[in-house]
Amino acid sequence: MAISFDKALGVSQYTVGVRSQRAEMLASNIVNADTPHYKARDLDFAQAMRSAQTNMSTSMTRTHEKHFKVSVEDVDSQKYRIPNQPDTGDGNTVDVQVERNLYMQNSLEYQSSLQFLGGKFKGLNLAIKGA
Amino acid sequence: MSLYNIFDVAGSGMSAQSVRLNVTASNLANANNISSSAHETYRGRHPIFAAELQKAAINQEESVPVQVLGIVEDQDPLQLEYNPNHPMADEDGYIYKPNVNVMEEMANMISASRSYQTNVQVADAAKQMLTKTLQLGQ
Repeated sequence: MAISFDKALGVSQYTVGVRSQRAEMLASNIVNADTPHYKARDLDFAQAMRSAQTNMSTSMTRTHEKHFKVSVEDVDSQKYRIPNQPDTGDGNTVDVQVERNLYMQNSLEYQSSLQFLGGKFKGLNLAIKGA
Repeated sequence: MSLYNIFDVAGSGMSAQSVRLNVTASNLANANNISSSAHETYRGRHPIFAAELQKAAINQEESVPVQVLGIVEDQDPLQLEYNPNHPMADEDGYIYKPNVNVMEEMANMISASRSYQTNVQVADAAKQMLTKTLQLGQ
């Protein structure tokens, strides 16, 4: 009987990755809060989870540093945020308060996903040692 | 590993904000420099921020660091004051003062230092997330 980590770990193994992706995007938003013409972005969590679970990604090889990264995987999970204020004067759509709270929330959700994942590993450990 | 990229992104933000703070400090320090001709007078300076989209496209799409494209001089007119008794006055009796708006610079300073703090907090939260990840399964 082969141990399938995929079955044992379930959905938790994907949530951690998607959460860390989202943390990166939110950090970029916060850092670019003062950059003119920057548009805030976020991850469509449901979409990102679907593409992480099905693991269907197609990307083109880049042989030069100026080539763009072309992949089918992430294109539809990244979306631009609809700003609360129609115009801030410099074309920037980052609302720092919103982004900070989302970042905080996402980091807590990441840690709870980790807790779930750690629990799975603890369970496996218990099954191996039997004590 | 995308959590490590947060350190790069937050670091780029911190360095950009410290450039802004530096420029603000020199504006404030030179706000009262008086000179006797227009081209010798200090002009306010401002950093230009831009998103590093090129780098984002090369590495991965999630992280977009910020960069300082350059520092430009304020093109507002200088403050001209008629003061013939001043030792720096030119032959028409005028002295030239910088076009630095002290109120604007103070607000800029507060904004830059708050943004810097936010970036530090972002990096700190990423550090906590990574520490928790390293403790996984223990």
